[in-house]
Amino acid sequence: MNTLPPLAAPPRAEPDYLRRDRSLRSWLCTHDHKRIGVLFLFTLTGFFLLGAIAAAGMRYALLSPQGNLVVSDLYNRLFTMHGVIMIWFFLVPSIPTVFGNFILPMAIGAPDVAFPRLNLASWYVFLAGGVLVLTAIGAGGVDTGWTFYTPYSSTYANGYVMLMASGVFVTGFSSIFTGLNFIVTVHRRRAPGMTWFRLPLFVWAIYATSIILVLATPVLAITLFLMALERGFGVGVFDPRIGGDPLLFQHLFWFYSHPAVYIMILPGMGVVSELLTCFSRKPIFGYRVMAFAILAIAGLGFLVWGHHMFVSSESLYAGLVFSLLSFLVSVPSAIKVFSWTATLHRGSIRLQAPMLYGLGFVALFTIGGLTGVALATLPLDVHLHGTYFVVAHFHYIMVGGMLMAYMGALHYWWPKMTGRLYHDWLARISALTIFLGFNLTFFPQFVLGYLGMPRRYAIYPPEFHTLNVLSTAGASVLGVGYLLPLFYLSWSFFRGRPAGPNPWGATGLEWRTASPPPKDNFEETPVVTEGPYAYRPEEAAP
Amino acid sequence: MSGIPMDRAAYEAEERAATNRLGMWTFLATEVMFFGGMFVAYVLYRSSYPDAFAVGSRTMELGCGTANTAVLLVSSFFMALGDRAARKGDRGALRGCLVLVALLGMAFLAIKGYEYASKVDEGLIPGRGFRYPGPPQLPLFMTLYFAMTGLHALHMILGVCAVAWLLWRSSPRRHQSVPVEPVAIVGLYWHFVDCIWIFLYPLFYLIGR
Amino acid sequence: MSTPAAFLALEQASTVAGKVDLIGGTLLAVSLVVVAGLLAVNLYFIVRYRRGSPAPRPPLQISPGKLEAAWTTGTTLVFLGFFFWGAQLFVRMERPPPGATTIDVAARQWMWDFRQPNGRREFDTLHVPVGVPVRLRMTSEDVIHSFYAPSLRVKQDVVPGKTVSLWFQVTKAGTFTLFCSEFCGSKHAAMVGQIVAEPADRYAAWLAAGNPGSIARRGPALFVRYGCAGCHSPGGSVRAPPLERVYGSEVPVAGGGFVHADEAYLTDSILLPEKVVVAGYQPLMPSFQGVIPPGDLVELVAYLKTLGSASPPPARP
Ligand code: HEA
Ligand code: HEA
Ligand code: HEC
Ligand code: CUA
Ligand SMILES: [Cu+2]
Repeated sequence: MNTLPPLAAPPRAEPDYLRRDRSLRSWLCTHDHKRIGVLFLFTLTGFFLLGAIAAAGMRYALLSPQGNLVVSDLYNRLFTMHGVIMIWFFLVPSIPTVFGNFILPMAIGAPDVAFPRLNLASWYVFLAGGVLVLTAIGAGGVDTGWTFYTPYSSTYANGYVMLMASGVFVTGFSSIFTGLNFIVTVHRRRAPGMTWFRLPLFVWAIYATSIILVLATPVLAITLFLMALERGFGVGVFDPRIGGDPLLFQHLFWFYSHPAVYIMILPGMGVVSELLTCFSRKPIFGYRVMAFAILAIAGLGFLVWGHHMFVSSESLYAGLVFSLLSFLVSVPSAIKVFSWTATLHRGSIRLQAPMLYGLGFVALFTIGGLTGVALATLPLDVHLHGTYFVVAHFHYIMVGGMLMAYMGALHYWWPKMTGRLYHDWLARISALTIFLGFNLTFFPQFVLGYLGMPRRYAIYPPEFHTLNVLSTAGASVLGVGYLLPLFYLSWSFFRGRPAGPNPWGATGLEWRTASPPPKDNFEETPVVTEGPYAYRPEEAAP
Repeated sequence: MSGIPMDRAAYEAEERAATNRLGMWTFLATEVMFFGGMFVAYVLYRSSYPDAFAVGSRTMELGCGTANTAVLLVSSFFMALGDRAARKGDRGALRGCLVLVALLGMAFLAIKGYEYASKVDEGLIPGRGFRYPGPPQLPLFMTLYFAMTGLHALHMILGVCAVAWLLWRSSPRRHQSVPVEPVAIVGLYWHFVDCIWIFLYPLFYLIGR
Repeated sequence: MSTPAAFLALEQASTVAGKVDLIGGTLLAVSLVVVAGLLAVNLYFIVRYRRGSPAPRPPLQISPGKLEAAWTTGTTLVFLGFFFWGAQLFVRMERPPPGATTIDVAARQWMWDFRQPNGRREFDTLHVPVGVPVRLRMTSEDVIHSFYAPSLRVKQDVVPGKTVSLWFQVTKAGTFTLFCSEFCGSKHAAMVGQIVAEPADRYAAWLAAGNPGSIARRGPALFVRYGCAGCHSPGGSVRAPPLERVYGSEVPVAGGGFVHADEAYLTDSILLPEKVVVAGYQPLMPSFQGVIPPGDLVELVAYLKTLGSASPPPARP
């Protein structure tokens, strides 16, 4: 598997970060960004499984079109739990907190993040929010959907809305801490010679994501706070009975949540740029344009929130402007897709597991993005809003895109994190299973949506039955695809072959130190003399 | 790096300080967005219900609001003086200023508390207990008033705690050196909280008069 | 729901349905070309430039900047094309044509409450004439609901505290499903109804057969019940403008200017009296927001309209 001789394999005096101190206390009080990344990895895996169980429950309920009030009420709680957990407790923190923490400081040649204690605090705050949300779910759940629209959530919903909202509120601070930390780290902690335009695109992506985290999350916090005031004390600013406007809630909510969808894709785009270059041994096509595209997405992303409200009775002109801006924010994404394709040209391509995930990302993100463009087209959104078409759109991007990238990142950096290799063929098989299962699950949902099946329906007209059965079948395949890595990665952690510092022959700084890295990452601070993707395809060809 | 020779410790301290300041500025950006959400709500409703807002504004205690504005401005002034003193290494002046800042901060909170209490008496608490005669949208104004000034007061409490921490940090018994960077950072925060009030004061107290 | 919806095609039963599908279909075609093209190029690269293949890999001849400019402008132009196409159709979908039949809709957990122009009331089933533009004037009594008729390709959220409108013109007789497509609680999925479209004459006959009588029938009672009479009747406790012949007139406004008294004005006067104050009067009228449920409000406004109007009401968009 080893293709290039490691760039440097310094003899290690010091034990690596995993073995330095094995006590539980040393983990729970650690300030080491790598350990914090691993803590997040475990926590997020747990939350993902919970969200997936809710998904399995929903898909099971949708196997038959009939249902009754009990089924409906349970179903409504399931999709709320699924949405809340998957968004705020899995996908928003996913790549930033795990790989951002683990890799980013190494990728810029730093010994740690700028504020290591704040970094640990972020994990604890995240846990606290998680406990609140789990309590709410355990106590009986909430049935508002992840969007918490008022006045349903504030006045009519029965369930533990306050508890759930406070959980999300608290977790928001974790996002803010992490984002703040990365921004300052990238500004202040770069190794000598690591200029802005020598940063790997992964770092650019995390940096842009952090800016969104820091600027958008507080708006969510204040929105949920006002909603909770209304629910708890009957003193709302969204209450139509005293002249409040439920649409204001939606505006504030989407002002956070649309930028948040870019929180959930930019890190994936960063990872994929690393994967495609490494496994085709080519510098990224159009590095600067790729970096600026990331910034453009982050910036324009703040201006399109109204596209979630085309039929909410926002004004006609608002609708037109938000539609136009939604088209424009898609252009940088298109640039990225084309540049990734161009990167493969005249490369030296090897389809190892991380690369399969990377290519899967490009394919599914493109489909998800193009259907996003369909939703941005006003008359089409009038028909498709609130249907399964939207559900399919965002699963294509979030599961097909971001989750693929997350798995790619996990497989790419696993040898660095654990110092071990995994079984490559098993990994490839699971990547393919996920790809096939995914399409089988969510492609039928595009059709369902166009035929008019509304989302958040536990009971549906019989003509939608066949497609729903197909979708559930796909989810089972998908589930198997996600369970496989759990086994072979665990096996690899204990039994895998040693990886060496640089099993993929990659050029990033993180590969210049041992696997697993020592506590301070580098024996001596690296000095950077060239851009991030100094690959040469001719040399790699044997 | 510039040509001036710098010893390693001083270089690292300077580096650390710049990092902390950037951290604080980033945090303040977060805060702006945090209050920003509520300012948007305020602007929107004010433009829909100017009369209710005017009535609401007339229920405010102008004296208290103005006094509080003065208190905060003076406290910011002393915070700035304290910062200068810290830079000069003048421990006594620094601690004097900090004590004043903390006292003024508490005075602000006391006045705010008094105002809240009188609102309770007048039946101006939104919700079921709302007894004040006025336009139906008046509770909207009062909710925004309590939410925004309440969060501001929360920030003040945190600020007073931070100043108390600085007092402890600068105590001659504990530390050799006078804290310079922490004072600058807390100062930034204090001025920011002051600025928020400079917006709240006219929006709530002055518009209807 | 008796429509035997075909497995993969949704019927087009309104004037806009075909146009919406045309944009959708074109976008689908363009997307397929893009996805297929990308897939082909990627696969070709993966095979031809697989590690160890003998394919030559000389440096690129054409400058990257040119490629980037090409695909950026290309994409932007295609996107702008779809934007303008969609925008002009949307504008037409938003503006009801003059002369539309108006039907009042009140949504509440978990039912649709329709009032035909002559006051005939029906639940969860909506009768409409074929070939005539129909405007729905909707409001919600509790949470947000959404009126969604897939076969007509129309949808509109129904928001409490607001009156929203939606229009469509059905092109063929039949029964079409009506969904609530905004989550509204336990029985959201059961808030399903149907739209029965009939030829205009049959619709008129149906309308005439059912409890004729005016939507304004209960008006006088409501006018007393909500205490309007206390101020607005001669000899009332407060000096308030008489409401006869207000509808359709130009009302002088305190602070100068006139406002045209249409239905929206009447509704606003009741819900948001301080928004427009009649010249020469004190803003003494309380808001009835939250006091008068939307259903009664509709009847009250209808009653005010019967109090005589200054001129035949112009057809307003
Ligand atoms: C990671 C998450 C993510 C991302 C990245 C996106 C990206 C986009 N989204 Fe999506 N979206 C969601 C998550 C996401 N979305 C979620 C969760 C919801 C539903 C929330 C809810 O209601 O619960 C939603 C809903 C949603 C709606 C509202 C639907 C409705 O409820 O009515 C709209 C409408 O405009 C929209 C549009 C877009 C657009 C235009 C993009 C663009 O950024 C996409 C850009 C990408 C591309 C365009 C692909 C690449 C392009 C090419 C390869 C070029 C092709 C070339 C030519 C055609 C010439 N999204
Ligand atoms: C961000 C991340 C994320 C992720 C990763 C997923 C993952 C999945 N989601 Fe989810 N989804 C959302 C975010 C996400 N979702 C959001 C935000 C909503 C909107 C919520 C709302 O409306 O408020 C939503 C809503 C949503 C709906 C619509 C509910 C409705 O509107 O009525 C459905 C329906 O199929 C669904 C399905 C799935 C499936 C099958 C997966 C799969 O990828 C999960 C794969 C895992 C498994 C399938 C489980 C493990 C497998 C087994 C235990 C084997 C047995 C399996 C079966 C018997 C099926 N999701
Ligand atoms: C407390 C007294 C009072 C009550 C009760 C009251 N009104 Fe009024 N109304 C007024 C006054 C005073 C005005 C003129 C000032 C203004 O426009 O706000 C007015 C104005 C109006 C107007 C605008 C008239 C115009 O000439 O343009 C309408 C319509 C109206 N009221 C309807 C109603 C209805 C319907 C009710 C009962 C649901 C009602 N009012 C109850 C005092 C009252
Ligand atoms: Cu009414 Cu959903
Ligand atoms: Cu969006």
